[in-house]
Amino acid sequence: MRTIRDTWLIFDRSLWLTLRNPVWVIMGVMQPILYLLLFGPLLKNIASMPGFPPGGAFNVFVPGILVMTALFGSAFVGFGLCDEMREGVVERMRVTPMSRVAMLLGRSLRDVVILEAQAVILVVLSVPFGLELKIEGIVVAFGLLALIGLMMSPVSYVLALVLQSEDALAPVVNAVALPLLLLSGVMLPMSLAPDWLQKIADVNPLYHAVAAIRALFNANYGDTEILIGTAVLAVLAVITIWMGARAFSRAAA
Amino acid sequence: MNGQPIIETVGLRRTFKGRGKAGEVEAVAGVDLQVQAGRIFGFLGPNGAGKTTTLRILATLLPPTAGTARVVGFDVAKNPDRVRERIGYVAQSGGSYRSSTGRDELIIQGRLFGMSKAVAAVRAQEILEALDLAEAGDRTCGTYSGGMRRRLNIGIGMVHRPALLFLDEPTTGLDPQARARMWEEIRRLRETGTTVFLTTHYLEEADALCDDLAIIDHGRIVAEGSPDELKREIAGDIVTIGANGHSDKIVELMRAQSFVREASMEDGLVRLYVDRGEEAVPQVLRLLDGSGLAPSTMNLHRPSLDDVFLKKTGRSLRESAA
Ligand SMILES: Nc1ncnc2c1ncn2[C@@H]1O[C@H](COP(=O)(O)OP(=O)(O)OP(=O)(O)O)[C@@H](O)[C@H]1O
Ligand SMILES: [Mg+2]
Repeated sequence: MRTIRDTWLIFDRSLWLTLRNPVWVIMGVMQPILYLLLFGPLLKNIASMPGFPPGGAFNVFVPGILVMTALFGSAFVGFGLCDEMREGVVERMRVTPMSRVAMLLGRSLRDVVILEAQAVILVVLSVPFGLELKIEGIVVAFGLLALIGLMMSPVSYVLALVLQSEDALAPVVNAVALPLLLLSGVMLPMSLAPDWLQKIADVNPLYHAVAAIRALFNANYGDTEILIGTAVLAVLAVITIWMGARAFSRAAA
Repeated sequence: MNGQPIIETVGLRRTFKGRGKAGEVEAVAGVDLQVQAGRIFGFLGPNGAGKTTTLRILATLLPPTAGTARVVGFDVAKNPDRVRERIGYVAQSGGSYRSSTGRDELIIQGRLFGMSKAVAAVRAQEILEALDLAEAGDRTCGTYSGGMRRRLNIGIGMVHRPALLFLDEPTTGLDPQARARMWEEIRRLRETGTTVFLTTHYLEEADALCDDLAIIDHGRIVAEGSPDELKREIAGDIVTIGANGHSDKIVELMRAQSFVREASMEDGLVRLYVDRGEEAVPQVLRLLDGSGLAPSTMNLHRPSLDDVFLKKTGRSLRESAA
């Protein structure tokens, strides 16, 4: 009970603070919009190449953009926590009896709400470019995006709690996020990749996330990647949330 | 709780690992403390003495390397949540978020302690008024002056009416007027039965505000008692002589006098501990004149807490705190 109530309180507070100063939310959606506008048109001609998965160019491209937005949106949330730590807010709350899980979960759920809002904007903007809306698939895909947020944002928070400063955090987050992104087939499908690259991608959870979301966007509801992607993300999210809650309860310095 | 200490520590220690092989810092080096409920307890010491580290241990933020601490009846290591329910803690700096309003910070704090929205809102208003922040309550904290922000942070620590409130240097950075109001507020807390444990390196504050004191230096308690008891340890008066470069000779000369209980020197000043200052001064003058050791200044005063600190540590708190 306490955990649910505290999670709500922290979620509510964090969301309001984010909305009061939405620069980062807007920045976070500007970059993927640029990809849609300036990179998307190139795909029209590639889509007919051999190896390119079936489905309209944008039904293949937009899922990648959404995963990228979810990844970067949640990988950098630790910066906000560094700011709160510097202002002594985290320490102050650690002296209250509030649930330590809630300290993490309240923030991570805020991150999920933000990235879902960004995803809605991106999907709506993609329709004029030729994205075909498969509603059931998109709804489930949004659930997977939430799982990406729940998996990645605790990682960012743990790193922030350990490293304590934005300067130390930035290179580490980049070192984690960039390979995950490049090896996920976000920009171009991994089916175009040579064998060895494909093998590496296989152990990347985001690769399965992209594959699952692509299947959903193309209404291939029988694709096993949907189950694989969901299971991988769900298991990892449970693990990272558990780690994150532990990090909040012991953060000492 | 009456009669039983609200804080009790035994052999409390905390070491920090140094950078590389630079060795360890023993920030708290075996502290035994007893704080009685309902008192204002002052923790006095120079920079780096270990005040904040001790406070953080008592407030469940930092596990001790050794020793035990019982706070509001519970062991901080074994039952941190029970402790947290009944204490408030205001850090030396920080506590409120600059993009949040003062009122919102107070309300969320109350709610984290289980208050309903309505109760928390009423309490927030009460605190804003008590700390002279009513006008600024709906502005973001980032727009507050340093003193306003400090008062808000202290207010946040009081929202849930804790039985025991830790304040780390509550008046540092406040102007004299705001400091006086803060003292009043702290005394009012005592009247309502709250125990206040505060750190300070202001001697005047320790003297005027605190019922009990512990003086800490290099992680160790060097003296304990009420301000009066501590000052009484240094019986009599103190004569300070500007030695004009003759410190050694003057100390030697004075130590030979029967009316001088003790003589010491630091930074070109000779300090004499005497029983009756008014009588000692003319005698001292006569002796110095007779030996051709003309002093540049001479000063007679009653013992202050600084003298206590000086006597216990060989250093002046005024200088080490500067
Ligand atoms: N997290 C830490 N890591 C390493 N050393 C630390 C840490 N915290 C404190 N110290 C060291 O422990 C010693 C005591 O520090 P502490 O902050 O307790 O002093 P203080 O009495 O509060 O001083 P001040 O009056 O300046 O606030 C100092 O030497 C400090 O450098
Ligand atoms: Mg300190």
